[in-house]
Amino acid sequence: MSAAKDAPPAVKLTKVTKSFGTKTVLSGLDLTVTRGESLVLVGQSGIGKSVLLKHVVGLLKPDSGTVEIDGEDLWKVSAKDRDRLRRKFGMSFQEGALFDSMSVGENIAFPLTRHTKKSKKEIADRVAECLDLVRLPGIEEKRPSELSGGMKRRVGFARAIALQPEILLFDEPTTGLDPITTDVVVKVIEEMRSRLKPSAITITHDLKVVFGIADRVGLLSGGKILVDMTPKEFEESKDPRVAAFVTGDSELAPPEAEPERRPAAPPAEAHP
Amino acid sequence: MSGFFEFFGRGLLRVMEGVGRFFVLLGLTMRGVVTPPFSPVATARQVVRVGVDSVPVVLLTALFTGGVLALQTFKGFQRFHAEGYIGSVVALSMLRELGPVLTGLMVTGRAGSAMAAELGSMRVTEQIDALVSLATDPVQYLFVPRVLASIIVVPMLVVLADAIGILGGYLVAVGYLGANPVVYMNNTFQYLSMEDMTSGLIKAAAFGFLLSLVGCQCGYDTKGGAEGVGLSTTKAVVMGSLAILIADFFLTKVLF
Repeated sequence: MSAAKDAPPAVKLTKVTKSFGTKTVLSGLDLTVTRGESLVLVGQSGIGKSVLLKHVVGLLKPDSGTVEIDGEDLWKVSAKDRDRLRRKFGMSFQEGALFDSMSVGENIAFPLTRHTKKSKKEIADRVAECLDLVRLPGIEEKRPSELSGGMKRRVGFARAIALQPEILLFDEPTTGLDPITTDVVVKVIEEMRSRLKPSAITITHDLKVVFGIADRVGLLSGGKILVDMTPKEFEESKDPRVAAFVTGDSELAPPEAEPERRPAAPPAEAHP
Repeated sequence: MSGFFEFFGRGLLRVMEGVGRFFVLLGLTMRGVVTPPFSPVATARQVVRVGVDSVPVVLLTALFTGGVLALQTFKGFQRFHAEGYIGSVVALSMLRELGPVLTGLMVTGRAGSAMAAELGSMRVTEQIDALVSLATDPVQYLFVPRVLASIIVVPMLVVLADAIGILGGYLVAVGYLGANPVVYMNNTFQYLSMEDMTSGLIKAAAFGFLLSLVGCQCGYDTKGGAEGVGLSTTKAVVMGSLAILIADFFLTKVLF
């Protein structure tokens, strides 16, 4: 899983701070993901995990600090180059975020028709291939409203990998799913990783995901990444903050990690 | 006392922010119009949704407005024996003022609100974020077809509304008030000039632009969940209607 020594890391966040109004969500956060590595970030609900992920793909602009993708500063390049960098990402959203005005097939074809010159036949083949990979073959004609929560997410994965991205981002891929569907989703993610060999950042509070797909685990609290360890170290850690999370014991949780209201991200900042 | 100033200041700030944001989004929309990829299919689809689907409600509005206009002017003009001029008044009012304004307001209620609701639910379900993550400019993708379609189609609706409004006036005047049909029709067109028509159409295009951009802005900037979408939809109708009525005054002054 180690990257070439001289290549810049796939994703590098340096001293990123972000506040919404008077509430600071990220305070001087550093994060590095090397090529092919899978980082899983855990943390309580409302602690800013989604906000962090939105910084990585440039949906939110940091108040200070830098976000670098393959060594290029996301906010120093032109808007056109920013879109070029974004094409390296495949992002899957919490509830799938499928375009409900389109069919499943059109959703997955969307990035292909916009960013490639592929023929209709090639696009249809790629769509079928992506749906196979997420174990949902032949549902191209269905509407997103006809799908269950787990299926929506997997179609979201299929759309995210359509352009064969170098970096996959998963925003709570299993939240609200039953244990069996969770297992399917985790297996699909594993398979996507072993076939496509992308870097991946996953945010979750599901330990099944942590132990299923992580090379490294980070615990997000108080606007920073507090611990950074392997899944095995994470499981056996005596650190009270980690132990609280692994055992799910609120008595052990440090006071600063109390659940906070998830801030509504104003759209104005990233793309006015 | 300081509470009052705070309240006032905050309200003023919010208004200025909204106006500023309108012009930022206007700039981005204009950039989106001239940069590829172009979206003729999406624009045509919006023409159907904004225009074709609004035809029945616009026609009904115009028919009854023309009718009531004839009734009211008859009541007034009768007092100084000027009933013969009802046709002119109806035609002039419809073409210059009521056709564009009422069509604009009706389309705001139908299509502007729908734009706000659609973009608003896309915002709260992260579909707009998904667009950005798929390297697609959401303003270009969502705003441009809607704004272009509205600018194209509202003037077309106004032409229909003008015609049906005049018909409404004719039906009331001839059928109910007993006016001579030939004299009435002569009167209708005698004092009309092409400029009355064009000034109405310029207004219509401006209203189409306003109602669509306001509708899109309200939806795009939605915050919160289902409640936020509801607020945005209401806001789109209120702000869109206000913008049309205010712009109407200044446009009339310029186009007089």
